Amino acid sequence: MKVTLKIKRFNPEADQKPHWESYPVEVEPTERLLDALHQVKWFQDGTLALRRSCAHGICGSDTMRINGGNRLACKVLMQDIVKDGGTVTVEPMLGLKVIKDLIVDLEPFFAHYRSVMPYVVNDEALPEDGRERLQSPEARERFDQGTKCILCAACTTACPSFWSNSTYVGPAAIVQAHRFIFDDRDRATDERLAVLNEQFGVWRCRTVFNCTEACPRDIPVTQLIGEVKRALATGRVE
Amino acid sequence: MTQHHQFEAVIVGAGGAGLMAALHAARSAKVAVISKLYPTRSHTGTAQGGIAAALANMEEDHWEWHMYDTVKGGDYLVDQDAAEILAREAIEAVIELEHMGLPFDRTPDGRIEQRRFGGHTAEHGKRPVMRACKSADRTGHMILQTLFQNCVKQQVTFFDEYFVADLILEDNVCRGVVAMDIASGEMHVFHAKAVMLATGGFGRMFKVTSNAHSLTGDPVAAAYRRGVPLEDMEFFQFHPTGIYRMGILLSEAARGEGGVFINGQGERFMERYAPTMKDLASRDVCSRCIYLEVKAGRGIGGKDYVYLDIRPETINRYKSAPGGRTVTAHELETKLPDIIEMMRIYQGVEPMREPVPIQPTAHYAMGGIPTDSSGRVRANEGPGFVTGLFAAGESACVSVHGANRLGTNSLVDLVVFGRRGGRAMARFCQQAAFAPLPADPQAAVVAELERIRANTGQEKAGALRAEMQAIMMDNVSVFRDAGLISAAQAKVRELKERFAHVQIDDKGRRFNTDLLEAFELGCLLDLADVTASSALARTESRGAHSREDYPQRDDANWLKHTFAFAGQPSGAGLAMGEVRLAYRPVVVTKFEPKERVY
Ligand SMILES: Cc1cc2nc3c(=O)[nH]c(=O)nc-3n(C[C@H](O)[C@H](O)[C@H](O)COP(=O)(O)OP(=O)(O)OC[C@H]3O[C@@H](n4cnc5c(N)ncnc54)[C@H](O)[C@@H]3O)c2cc1C
Ligand code: FES
Repeated sequence: MKVTLKIKRFNPEADQKPHWESYPVEVEPTERLLDALHQVKWFQDGTLALRRSCAHGICGSDTMRINGGNRLACKVLMQDIVKDGGTVTVEPMLGLKVIKDLIVDLEPFFAHYRSVMPYVVNDEALPEDGRERLQSPEARERFDQGTKCILCAACTTACPSFWSNSTYVGPAAIVQAHRFIFDDRDRATDERLAVLNEQFGVWRCRTVFNCTEACPRDIPVTQLIGEVKRALATGRVE
Repeated sequence: MTQHHQFEAVIVGAGGAGLMAALHAARSAKVAVISKLYPTRSHTGTAQGGIAAALANMEEDHWEWHMYDTVKGGDYLVDQDAAEILAREAIEAVIELEHMGLPFDRTPDGRIEQRRFGGHTAEHGKRPVMRACKSADRTGHMILQTLFQNCVKQQVTFFDEYFVADLILEDNVCRGVVAMDIASGEMHVFHAKAVMLATGGFGRMFKVTSNAHSLTGDPVAAAYRRGVPLEDMEFFQFHPTGIYRMGILLSEAARGEGGVFINGQGERFMERYAPTMKDLASRDVCSRCIYLEVKAGRGIGGKDYVYLDIRPETINRYKSAPGGRTVTAHELETKLPDIIEMMRIYQGVEPMREPVPIQPTAHYAMGGIPTDSSGRVRANEGPGFVTGLFAAGESACVSVHGANRLGTNSLVDLVVFGRRGGRAMARFCQQAAFAPLPADPQAAVVAELERIRANTGQEKAGALRAEMQAIMMDNVSVFRDAGLISAAQAKVRELKERFAHVQIDDKGRRFNTDLLEAFELGCLLDLADVTASSALARTESRGAHSREDYPQRDDANWLKHTFAFAGQPSGAGLAMGEVRLAYRPVVVTKFEPKERVY
């Protein structure tokens, strides 16, 4: 199929502000948008800058706004976003500073991630037989959803609360916190909940559900945020 | 302006191997981890099926059995002292990951759950064994996340999105690396006592591959250009189940749970080739069988692919699930959620109702930078080492995988030898001083990068890359012969000549991925040359290296590792001229080479 990619471009070394450029490409309907972007980069205009690595939706590199919604460019097929002769619009994620073309500054995103203590804390003695700590399949299942997160930032940069104030810790960091709060091997629940109870913590969430819709890993983000809110409100982690 | 840093230990690469090494080295040394990707973007995160360790949580198992399978799987090219370490230490390494917080799947009694995987057997080949520790089908993702989480906890220093383009190596002493901060384009010199290369594979030299776009082997090529040998580069694993034409991997876990191969005649053909292990024979064997079926006209509709069938009705008909159990669609969906989703998204098939078209995909480099079991890099085929240089993970060759790696054995390799390498670096840093830096250590690579940036030649990197990938896929993949390999070698050398005329569009400094992709292509070309040259010389068939003109394994002449050297070490640019080959004997301890049947 023949389609047009309309891409928001910004080169910090030359441009005052972003502008749109259009590129005609010919692709198979079953190709990924990432393949189409590569066609532009490799054979039409090498100056186009984007991040990508795995090309199958696991590394979280290529989140962008595709036809107005956050998606991974490697996880959408052309046939699912455009008809023959049509146009696809591609822009960088919102809410983070654009460095060049489709590349944004992720440092604030990772700073929020680090702020929720994203690691298991447990200083108790290890099992004497030198083996694994035991955990029931049910206890393991309790925090399964959050373990799927690939830190792609699609949820956080789809969130209106984050757009209006980027000091908000954001859905991705709350999902990460949830993964540890509900892991029965962890012992730092109170500290983590305290972080999320602060002014720019979990209460900034207005339950808009953009995050859940944006997640390429089908994590029920809003539900997990709700569970953290409930833990804070009731003082119980269940 | 070039910026300067000094760290006792510099680790290049933030995948499983690099992060494991960092966690251990940082306990006593001042460490920096440099990675061209954000750590969590590393390709370790895509590993699906599991990590092998003889925990015996499901059924009887022993590290000796794991060691035997590893040696046999590698078609006896494995160094058995290293394989013993791998199999023994796998157990404590996996337990260490659990203690770090890794969310493994659990058995009803709360232990780590395990599954079957290709080539892993009980009692030296008698039957499949459940040895792969797993977290659904995103085990690599969980390992990468857990290691990164622990690095955050331990406050390890990271230089994210820094591209290492050269090693500072003089008089056989490694003194640091030269890197570009991708965001600004500025060059940085890292002065170090010890450097570790943990930069993963380089499958992007092939057209159909499971490897990330970023897997281009740049620091491996940099080492080679500085005179470091590369070991066993002719052994590149083609995984039997890549999504047709895209190469995206569908883990062997699918067959571990009961999936089978089906040809165009509806036959479960692996029963013919591997009567005991059938669809769980090792990867080189399965990939060859698929090629043979296709060649005999038994591909699907006579085409160049076959089916992977994981429909519950198929699995139940063949009783191919573990223990011949009956499986349900629901159970498969919970055990293999990601790969079933990939089948749906990328192939558009409904795997619970239809079989999935697959073809072998370039997957894993058994070869790489030669090391001993402490990660120390060998300077030659003899006893010498490069002072201050270490390697681990897929970019290294210990060699525990020999001529063919078993599934789930790479993730163990990362943690076992990443840990050993990290500790060895820390010990080295305690007794070593900083070796002095040469004047302007960045000059050579800056000259090469500026040459590419300013070049006005007529070649496009994208076109050259496609030509390289096509010839390597057609001529140096599952089956090879002298004619095919020589043609590929000649083509790669022609492309190396043409590389001198590559012109890029982006002349800027910031985030110039046009420039870096061209540089990466040069690295791949060097590694493709080494791969073809090593393959041409080895006149036997062993593991993943299958020569139609020399179909037998030849232990009398070839039970030895290839060491490839740049004929003329070239500094920071492409290594032109011949590849010089030397050989090193294989270490055999417990298991004498035998014929390999599954
Ligand atoms: C799809 C897939 C599934 C797999 N499944 C399994 C499995 O189930 N079990 C198993 O055992 N194995 C599996 N493997 C193999 C295994 O995942 C890899 O071999 C392993 O993860 C490699 O890890 P690594 O740490 O060596 O490198 P990687 O994880 O690839 O990391 C490489 C690092 O090096 C950095 N780097 C590279 N070049 C540069 C440079 N120039 N400058 C700076 N940094 C650089 C990158 O940024 C990255 O951080 C799988 C592989 C694939 C592709
Ligand atoms: S490139 Fe890895 S998620 Fe898209």
